[in-house]
This record gives sequence, structure tokens and C-alpha cells, in this order.
Amino acid sequence: MTSVLSSVTGGSAAMADWAVPLAAGATESSGGSTGEQVVFWVMAPLAVLGALGLVLSRKVVHGALSLAVTMISLAVFYLVLEAPFLGVVQVVVYTGAIMMLFLFVIMLVGVDASDSRVETIRGQRAAAVLAVLGVVVLLTAVTGRATLPDPAGMEQAAPDGNVPAIADLIFGTYVWAFEVIAALLITAAVGAMALTHREQIFARPTQREQAERRFREGRPEDAAGLPVPGVYARHNAVDTPALLPDGTPSEASISRVLVARGAARSVDEFSLSGPAGTDAPDETSGDDAEAGDDASEAGDDTAKGGRG
Amino acid sequence: MSPTPYLVLSVILFTIGGAGVLLRRNALVAFMSVELMLNAANLAFVAFARMHGNLDGQIVAFFVMVVAAAEVVVGLAIIVTIFRTRRSASVDDASLLKL
Amino acid sequence: MISTYSTLATAVSTQAEHGGQVAVEATGIYSWTWLLIAFPLLGAAVLLLGGRRTDRIGHLVGTVASSLSFVMGVVLFVAMLGEGDAERAFTLDLWEWFNAGGYQVEVSLLLDQLSMAFVLLITGVGSLIHVYSIGYMEHDERRRRFFGYLNLFVAAMLLLVLAADYLILFIGWEGVGLASYLLIGFWQHKPSAAVAAKKAFVVNRVGDMGMVLAVASMLAVFGSSSYSLVFANAENASTGWLTAIGLFLLLAACGKSAQFPLQSWLLDAMEGPTPVSALIHAATMVTAGVYLVVRSAAIYDLAPDARTAVVIVGAITLLMGAIIGCAKDDIKKALAGSTMSQIGYMMLAAGLGPAGYAFAIFHLLTHGFFKANMFLGAGSVMHGMNDEVDMRKFGGLRVAMPVTFATFAMGYLAIIGIPPFAGYFSKDRIIEAAFAENWVYGICALLGAGITAFYMTRVMLMTFFGARRWKQSEPPHESPSVMTVPLVVLAVLSVVGGAGLLYLTGDIVQWLAPVTGEAHHDLPMPLALLVTLTLLTVLAGVAVAWGMYGRKAIREDVPAGNPLTVAARRDLYGDAFNEAVLMRPGQYLTRSLVYVENRGVDGAVVGTATAVGGLSSRLRRWQTGFVRSYALTMFAGVGFVVVAMLLVRLP
Repeated sequence: MTSVLSSVTGGSAAMADWAVPLAAGATESSGGSTGEQVVFWVMAPLAVLGALGLVLSRKVVHGALSLAVTMISLAVFYLVLEAPFLGVVQVVVYTGAIMMLFLFVIMLVGVDASDSRVETIRGQRAAAVLAVLGVVVLLTAVTGRATLPDPAGMEQAAPDGNVPAIADLIFGTYVWAFEVIAALLITAAVGAMALTHREQIFARPTQREQAERRFREGRPEDAAGLPVPGVYARHNAVDTPALLPDGTPSEASISRVLVARGAARSVDEFSLSGPAGTDAPDETSGDDAEAGDDASEAGDDTAKGGRG
Repeated sequence: MSPTPYLVLSVILFTIGGAGVLLRRNALVAFMSVELMLNAANLAFVAFARMHGNLDGQIVAFFVMVVAAAEVVVGLAIIVTIFRTRRSASVDDASLLKL
Repeated sequence: MISTYSTLATAVSTQAEHGGQVAVEATGIYSWTWLLIAFPLLGAAVLLLGGRRTDRIGHLVGTVASSLSFVMGVVLFVAMLGEGDAERAFTLDLWEWFNAGGYQVEVSLLLDQLSMAFVLLITGVGSLIHVYSIGYMEHDERRRRFFGYLNLFVAAMLLLVLAADYLILFIGWEGVGLASYLLIGFWQHKPSAAVAAKKAFVVNRVGDMGMVLAVASMLAVFGSSSYSLVFANAENASTGWLTAIGLFLLLAACGKSAQFPLQSWLLDAMEGPTPVSALIHAATMVTAGVYLVVRSAAIYDLAPDARTAVVIVGAITLLMGAIIGCAKDDIKKALAGSTMSQIGYMMLAAGLGPAGYAFAIFHLLTHGFFKANMFLGAGSVMHGMNDEVDMRKFGGLRVAMPVTFATFAMGYLAIIGIPPFAGYFSKDRIIEAAFAENWVYGICALLGAGITAFYMTRVMLMTFFGARRWKQSEPPHESPSVMTVPLVVLAVLSVVGGAGLLYLTGDIVQWLAPVTGEAHHDLPMPLALLVTLTLLTVLAGVAVAWGMYGRKAIREDVPAGNPLTVAARRDLYGDAFNEAVLMRPGQYLTRSLVYVENRGVDGAVVGTATAVGGLSSRLRRWQTGFVRSYALTMFAGVGFVVVAMLLVRLP
């Protein structure tokens, strides 16, 4: 597993150097097939590896990065296949926007959470492998047996270049579909807002109210705000607890979200009397079932941080 | 260059995406696998467009991308909502669609 | 409406055979005929809807309502006497009930000589019994309700006899059935009374089915159920239909009049208060069947087979009732058997056709007098004997209850047909007519007269003569005058009713002729011989009874008796027959139907449901709820679609 991951990350690192000059070369010599073949045979394994990385990685972030590799590979293929507009759109929309969106959500849901690999549905894995292999064999056989002509090329279809030709089609033949798609996009945006919107049932307490409440509840030690994580500790990171003046680590200094996800370090680890040398956080201690916490609590944390 | 290698690559990517949907429980991974399948289809479109010397395939691929973007927006919103209420991003946990 | 009737009138006038007279639209006093029904109906409404507020005056309201109706009847009767012989029929159209699909029913009343006779009987005897009930029911806390029911009965009975349409008649028919049910079961706290009421109701439903079928047949054949249209068109109908209608009407009459084979309810109906037995189950309601047959004369005239059936039913019931009456020790049941028997006489006469219709009605009226008299007398006896009904515990009551004895004796002499008491005239006419028709009918009627004499003498001797067998501490007392006065009035009617109807006020037969028609019969023997023969038979019956019950002391325990006595005590096995032939197979049928329903129909349905359910619970496993399973299915489906497309070589 780790080998796959490393190779994928290595691939994605290498790709950035390659993509632009090769794509430029490909568009210039569309007729010549040697360059194209080279590009294909270099990029195709990368794309497959990226795809495999998505499916096989235990951590979602790794999967998302692998997918980005595949996306960029595909952008290269589009350039090679005389579709420079699509290639750019692929990079901008997919790798830029969509994958960013995915990453945001992954952060929200729990970046450190990793999947357990135990299959819970009986027979699902075997059946899935069988079905996937069947479809691969089937479709490959079909494509392999088909005698396809050599590409006709885009000179005739797009004499003025790819972008003006596509513009002609989008705003000509497909203008109606284009408008509908625009409406779809707007609807999707509104729908996403409607789905994620939550009614604020209670008025959000102001800082003044919070402070007054703390005094009223008789906890003067917290009256100035909770201790900020890591301030007096050895690590200046959010997952390490603050050490109080008497040297004891404060549990209250760590965001509850991190604790719930299992991403925070153990408080005992930083106790002056405790074992000082064992700083190996157990990353796999929690799984996504107990990961994460409420967004409102996250809001509390920000307020807390602001005070610090 | 014949479109056949592209098509085979498209098939492979498509099925890997399918396998991801079938095998991974994390909703985000499954969702990304769906995106992968869409991309594989796009690749086939573009390859065929070049083979036929016709831009329509590219237009379709373009539309697929836009629809995929819309789909991602809504799908992620749903995932976030489910995660909020169920504290889980596992598709198996949302299995109320049975007796 | 007028035009309809004028065309009908011409049609009716062609039927001179049974004296169909022209019914004219009611004017003047006759247009107030509806008051006859309205008075008791209003009384019933006040008493039944007024609730406890009317408790104290309930009996008075009921009696006044009934009496007003009687006064109205007398006024109408006097007015009718002033009309010509064949101009005494009046129709009063009140409103149109419904008019659907060419079938029109008018709520209209028909007041003619026949209904007039019934109106006077119902309201007259009814009012007397109302008066009597004031005393008889004095200690019953539900007396107000009792009078409400009585008024309801009088109203329904008047509607029955005044209706000008079979469907309107049917309303009254069901109304009297309802009143009968309510009154038989008036003492519903007694299980026997409740059961008897239910039995009367159920048996009457069998008869009502005949009525429904008759009305339906009329609709099919004549397109109407109004008397005028049905009678006018009867000639044009096929004999088969007429016979069927006649038999259906006979079935209805059997149910209401307790004729064989629907006789079983009447004896049990004696569970009701005695005034009810007198009014409903002796004088009026049970004669409704006779009225129905006589009213439908136009149909029976054209259906000789149906008429024969009427005669046979009448003859059988005549003998059955008489035999049952001989064996009963319960005074009311003995009288009930007698009622059955006497109504059998009427049915027999009615079945003889135009020769007998008038005699049937004549006997019906005299019977109404003397049987009401005797029932009220029996009630008076019971009143004095703490509601004891067993005649074996009576005896020698003539001293203790002189008025009751005297009036009962008048009724006794009337029913056995001693001249010049009422029953002699009416019964003798029927026996004559029966002999004129057929020897067998005649002998049946003659035999019935003898048995009647026997059992009535038995009742008389056991109740009023012989040794005192009662053991109560205080001696029996005579009833209050509110009860004895009606007895006296009815006793007088029992004495003079026959001769009076025949000679004093004009011949009842002549009076009825415009409605029933007339036929002169030739006797197979001289009249004097027949009268002598009848009287001898009656005297023989009296002598035998005196020999058995007058000379010897009456045992207080019930003797074993011969097989006929045993059978008669059990109502000639009428109930046993019903139970064995109808109830048991019916129960078996319902039980097997339930079994078929449970096992067969339900089994198929439930079995299918179980099979589907079982299959579903298996198929349900496919619905795991896991998105990935569904995705797998989809994926495999895509594979299959591709394979299929390749196989059929779709482009």
C-alpha cells in the first residue's frame, strides 16, 4: 500500500514538469503519432495508478490527491486529442474547482479519518470484483475487436482553431442545452445552500453574554477564557494541550472536535510527571464513526481562539 | 494514432471507478469514484470526436463536466448534511431504505 | 290525476262480475278521512316522544286519541249510509310518494264499505280495549308507553285497511307487525316474552316476503301496485301470474293471520299483556290476512287455483287451531287456538270466492266482538287471580266474578254458534257456503264447529264451574268498572252483533256486495236440515265436554292424555317441525357455509397472502438498503445490457 502511495505522489510530482511542453508539442504535430504514443504510454499508467490510488488508499485525502493526478493526466490526453479547450477546462474546473470542493468537505468531515477495510456486506467484495473484471474483459474485448479508422483530425471541423469552433457549436446548435445547463447550475447552487442551511433556533450568545455567564456560574478561573492550546507546551500545535502554570496539562485547551476525532494527542503524555518520551500519536485510534464534531462547536472554538 | 488505446484506457478507468463505488464505504471516496467514471466517459467522447473529425463529442464532454460540477455541489451538500445528523460519512450507515 | 281515475273508472265498471264499484274522489266530509289515522298517530307521537312528562296523562291521551278516531269513523259511516248503494267508495289522494321509472305511488286512501267495516271494528273495539287497559295496566309503571304502542298499532292498522295501494298497505302491514312485536315483548324482562316477540317478528318476516314478492309481481305485470290499476287490469294478465300473485298474497296472509304453515307464533304471542292479545291477536291484526284476501278479490276471482289454496289453508288451520285449543290448560292459549281456528273459518270462506267474501268479513266482525270479549274476560279472570293462567287452578269463579262470568258466557254462546247469538249467524253462513262449494269443505267446517263447542265448553267449565281449585289467601275479586264496562259493551255486541248486522242496520252482505261481489249458491240439501245438523254437532260437542269436565272433578295435575292430546299440547308439533325442517338444516347450512368461508374462501385468500408474504420476505433480502449493493446490481445490469446489445447486434 505504501509503495503505491509513494509512487502515486511521485507521479503527480513529476507530472507538473511534463504536461505543458508535451501538450504543446502534441497540438503542433497532430499527424505525427510517435510523440503522441510517447505521451500516451507515459500518461496512461499514471492515470491508471491515480485511479487505483483513489480506490485503494485508506485515507480520503490520499485518494483525492490520486484522483487529481488522474484528472491532470486526462487533461493532457485532451490536449493530445486536439481538444485544448477541454484540456484547460479539465484543469480549471475539475482539478481546480471540483477537487478543491472535495478537499474542503474532506477537511470538514475529518481529514485524519481512515476507512476500515473490513467488508461488512457479505459477498459484496467478491461479487464486485467479479462484476468489475467482467465489465473490463467485456468492454476491452469489444473495443479491441472493433476495427476503428485512423482519426480524421480536427482541421476540417475546426479550421479557425478549437475554441472558436466550440463556441460556434455551444452558442449555435447547442444553445438551448447550454441555457438549460446554466439553469441547472444555478439550481444546484441554490439546492446546496438549501441543503446545508440550518435554522438558527437560539440567538447566538455574544462575547459579553458568554463572559457574564462564566462569572455567574462561579468559575472565575475560566473567566478570562479557556487556555489556548500549546501555548506553554513543548509543541506549538492545536493538538497539544496547554500546560497550566502548575505544570499540569489542561484538557480544556484542546478543541473538542479534535478530541472527538481522535486527532488530539493524549493529555497525559504532556504531564510533567508522565512519560515524556512517548510522543507517538495513535493516528488510527479513531475511525470516522466517532470522528468530527458539530459545526457550532467549531464556531465556539473560533470564538475561543479569538479571545486567545 | 488509433483511438483504441484511449478507449481501452477509458474502459480501465471506468471500471476502476466502478470498483471504487462498489468497494469503498466512505461516501466521499465513492463520490470521487463516480467522478472518475464520468471522466473516463469523457475521454472516450473526446477520442471518438477526434476519430470522426467532429466537435460534437467535445461538446458533450463539456456538458458532462458542467453537469458533474452541479452534481458535485449538490452531492457534497447532501454528504455534509448526512454527516451532520449521523456523524458518519459511511454510505452503509444510511441504509434506511429497507425494512 | 282526475283523468287517470276516470279512465280507471271505466275499466273498473266493466268488472260487474264482482261488483267493482266506481271510486270517486273524496269530497266534503270524506276528505277528512285522514283524520282517522292522524288521531292515533298523533297520540302515539305525543306518548312516545313526550317521555316521562306524559306519564300521568298517558292513558287518557291514548284513549282519547283512539276514541276520537272512532267518533270520526262513526261520522263517516253515518255519512256513507246516506249515499247510494254503489256510490260509497271514495279515494283521497294525499300526496305523491314517489314517481320513478314509470312507477308511480300515491299516498292515497280508499274508503269504501269494506274499509268502513274494518274502521269501525278497529276503532270501536280498539277504544273499548283502551278503556279496559286503563284498569288492567294500572299498576304497570310503563303504562304510558303501553298506550303509545296501542295508539301506534291503531294508526298502522287503519292505514292498512284504508290504503289504496298495496305498497301503502304494506307500510301499515309492517307497522302493525312492529306494534305487535313491541307489545308481545312489552314485558321484555321475562325471557319468554322477549323470545315470543322475536318469534312473532321472524315468522311474520316470512309472510312479509310473500307480500314483497306479490308487490314485485304486480309491478312486473301491471306496472303499478295501486288497487284501481291492478284490479282493472287483472283480466288482461295471464292466469299463471295471477295464481302466483294470489299465492304470494296468501303467504303474506298466512304470516299475519297465523295460518298454517306460519301459525306457530300466535300461541307464544300470548306472552303479551291480555288487552294486546284481545286487540291485536284476536280482534284486529290477525284478521289482516283475511282483509288482504278479500280486498284482492279481483285477483282471486281470476285465479281459482290460488283460491283453492286459500280454502285448504283455511280448512287445515281451522281444524289445527281447534284441536290445539282442546288440549291447552292455559286459558289464553286455549283462546289463541280458538282464534286460529276462527280465522281459519274466515280464510275458508274467503277462499270460496264471491260466495264467501262477505261471510268471511261478517264472521270477522262478530269474531272481533266475541273473541275480544272473551280475551278481556280472561284478562279480568287473571286480574283477579294474580295473573294465574292455568285453568286447572281456576274453577267456580262464577260466584266470585259475576260480571266477568256473565259477559264471558255471552261470548261463549256466541262462538259456539247458539242462536240468536252473533256467532250463529256468521258461522252458519260459512258452513252453508262451504257445503255449497264442496262436501269436504263443508264437513271440515261442520267438524270445526263441533270441536269449537267442545273446547269452549271445556274452558267455560274449567274456569267458572266446578270446585274451587284456587288456593290463594284472599278470594278472587271482580275487576273494577273501568274493565267491566267494556266487557259489558262487548258482551252486548256478542249477543246482538250477528243479528244486528244482518237485520237491524241492513244486511251486511248487501252492504259489502259492491266491493266483494255476490254469488248465490245452491245448497245440496235443504237449509233447515243443514242448520239442524250444525246445531246438533254443536250440542254434541257441548255434551262431550260436559261429560268429560262437568260431571267429573277436574284434576289439578296434568293427565297423561292420549297421543292426540300430547301432540296438541305441543301445538301439533308445529315448533318441532319448524325446528327439524327449517332451523336445523339452516344451522347446518350456515355452519357449513361458515366452514367453507373460513377454510375455502378465506383459505384461498389467506393462503395467497401467506405465499406472497413468504415470497416477499425472501425477496426482501435483496433490499439490503446498502447503496453499494444497489450499485453492484446496476453495474451487473450494465454488463448484461452490453451483452444483450452485442447478442442482438444493435448498432
